[in-house]
Amino acid sequence: MHSPPRRRLIAALCVCAAAPARAQDRPEPGDPYQSLPFVDMHKEYLDTRPLGFDPRVQVQGPAFAEDPMNVPISVRVDPALGPIEKVVVLVDRNPIRRVLEYWPLQALPALSFRFKLEQASPVRAAVLTRAGRWHVGGTLVDSAGGGCTVPGATRKDGSWTQTLGDVSGRLFSRAPGSDGAARLRLQVMHPMDTGLVAGVPAFYVNRLSLRDGQGRELARLQAYEPVSENPVFSFDFAQPPDGGVRIVGTDNNGNRIASELR
Amino acid sequence: MKIGVRGLLTIATVVVLLLAAAAVLAAGPRADVTRWDYRLQARALAPGVYVVEGDNDDFSVANGCNIINTGFVVTGDGVLVVNTGPSRRYGEQLRALIARTTAQPVKQVVHLNLHPDYFLGNQAFADVPRLATAVTRAGMAREAAAYESNLYRMCGDWMLGTEALLPDTDLAVPAGGRWTVGGREFDLLALDGHTASDLVLLDRTSGVAFVGGLVFAQRVPTTPHADVAAWLRSLQRLPALGATTVVPSHGPVHADGSGLAQTRRYLEWIDREFTRYAAEGWEMNDVLRAPVPPEFRQWAAFATEYVRNVAHLYPRYERTHLLRTTPAR
Repeated sequence: MHSPPRRRLIAALCVCAAAPARAQDRPEPGDPYQSLPFVDMHKEYLDTRPLGFDPRVQVQGPAFAEDPMNVPISVRVDPALGPIEKVVVLVDRNPIRRVLEYWPLQALPALSFRFKLEQASPVRAAVLTRAGRWHVGGTLVDSAGGGCTVPGATRKDGSWTQTLGDVSGRLFSRAPGSDGAARLRLQVMHPMDTGLVAGVPAFYVNRLSLRDGQGRELARLQAYEPVSENPVFSFDFAQPPDGGVRIVGTDNNGNRIASELR
Repeated sequence: MKIGVRGLLTIATVVVLLLAAAAVLAAGPRADVTRWDYRLQARALAPGVYVVEGDNDDFSVANGCNIINTGFVVTGDGVLVVNTGPSRRYGEQLRALIARTTAQPVKQVVHLNLHPDYFLGNQAFADVPRLATAVTRAGMAREAAAYESNLYRMCGDWMLGTEALLPDTDLAVPAGGRWTVGGREFDLLALDGHTASDLVLLDRTSGVAFVGGLVFAQRVPTTPHADVAAWLRSLQRLPALGATTVVPSHGPVHADGSGLAQTRRYLEWIDREFTRYAAEGWEMNDVLRAPVPPEFRQWAAFATEYVRNVAHLYPRYERTHLLRTTPAR
C-alpha cells in the first residue's frame, strides 16, 4: 500500500531533521568499543584530519585495575604506519579524559606509563602520522574505581615535599617487546594531584623533554592530571642516546625538573 | 547381620547420592545463591577440631565469596573460633553450624591476619572476645572501609547487612608460644610476610595447624600486604611446628608439607624472575605477559591473582633498579 504523497513528505522532513541529532547519539563507525564519549573526545582532543580505528596501534594494559592509582599502559605503533607525529592517550570514562600527549621525535613510536583510572573504560592511543591521518588503538580495563578521586600516598602523608622533582632512571639494553636497542625508564617524583580531591588543587608535571649529551631533543611529553603519582615512563630508542640523557621539564606550578643520566 | 534386597537398594541410593554430592562439590560452588546459604559443613580433622572449607577459587557471587577455610576447636570449656568468614551471613551460618556441632558455647574468636574474610563475619560473634595481634587490629581498622566496599562490589547481596566489627582484644603471643584456651593447649607462632602479622595456631593434642595465609595449597598466593623476603623466612619456621594436618586459609587441607613447598616455589620464582625483569628494564605489561610455569598456571585463581601479584610486587623490584639521577641546571 502506498502512503499519500503528503505523509511521505512529512516522513522525509522528519528524517532530515532527526539526522544530525542521531549522528551524535551514535558511536563512531568502526569504534570497537561503540563508545558515545569518544564522539566528543574526538572533537575536543583530536582535530578534523581523517581518523580510523586501527589494530596496528597496540595498547596493552591489565584486564582489570588492581591498583586504580597505577594502571600500567604500554603503547606500541606498528612501523608500517610510517613516521608518526604524536600519540594522544585518552580514556573514555574518566573524569579527566586526556592522559598525555607524546612526540617521539628521535625515539621509537612506543611508550609506557601508569595512570589513574576512575572506572572501567576503554583506554585509547590516537596516533597522528606525518601523512596526516589519525589511527586509534585501544584496550579495555576493568576497575573497581576511585583512581582519580583519592589522594596519593605522598599527598596523604605529606612526604611529597621532600622528593618533588627528583628523577630516577636507567638505560636498559635487553628489555622485551621493544624493537629498540635501548629503553630509558624514568621515575619522576611528583604528587600528580588531579584537582578532584577536596581542597587539593590540580598539581602535576606538564612538560618533559628528553635530550641527548649534545642537547638535541630526543622526545617530548605533555602530561595531564591522570598520569600516576611519582610516574614511571619507558621510552624506546633504536640506539642508545649519544652522551647520556638530560631530562628537563616543568609542572603546572612552574617548578622545574632538570636531571642528568649518564 | 543380614541385609535384605531393600537394604542393599537403600545403601546403593545413599552411595549414589553421596557420589552426586561429591560431584557437585567438585564441579561448582558449594554455596546456594538462591537461598543465600553457604552450605557450611564442619569436617572433623581430629576429636574436637573442625575445619569449615570454602571453595578453592577467587571471590565471586556464585561462590558467595566463600573461598576461605575457617575452623573451630572445642576446648572442653567453650569453643575457639578461627576466623569468621567474608560476611555477616557467613558469620551467622558459622555460629549456627558450631551450635549444631557441639553443646559448648563459643568462648572466643582468633583472627590469623587482617584480610577481610578473616573477620567480616564478626557481627555474629559480637558477644565474645575477638582476638588479634595489635598489628593486625591496626591493619583491620585502617582497611575495613575499603574491604566493605570492595566485597559489596564483588559479592553482591551475600554481603547484606555486613559491617566490619573489629576485634576488641590484643593477642600478645606468650613467650615460648604456649597458649591455653579452655582445656586445650596451643602453640602460637607470630610470623609475618603474607601480611605484617601472620599467626599460626597449632592444636598440641591433635597436631592440626591453622597456618592462615602463610601457606596456599594449589592456589596462587594473594599478596596485597606481602613482603616476599619475610614470607620466605617465615615459611622456614613452619616445619619445626611438627604439624600432622595443615589447614591453609586457601586450598585443600593436607597432611604433608606440599602446600608449604608450593608456596615457597611460587614466591621464590616471583622473587627470581621479578628481579631479572627489573634488571632488564621490563615494563609491567611485559611482566603480565611473561611465561609462567605450567604448575602455577593450573592453580586456582591464577588468571586474576597473578595480575594482582604483579601490581602489588613488581613496582618494588623495578624501583631498586632505577638510580637517582644528578640534578642539572
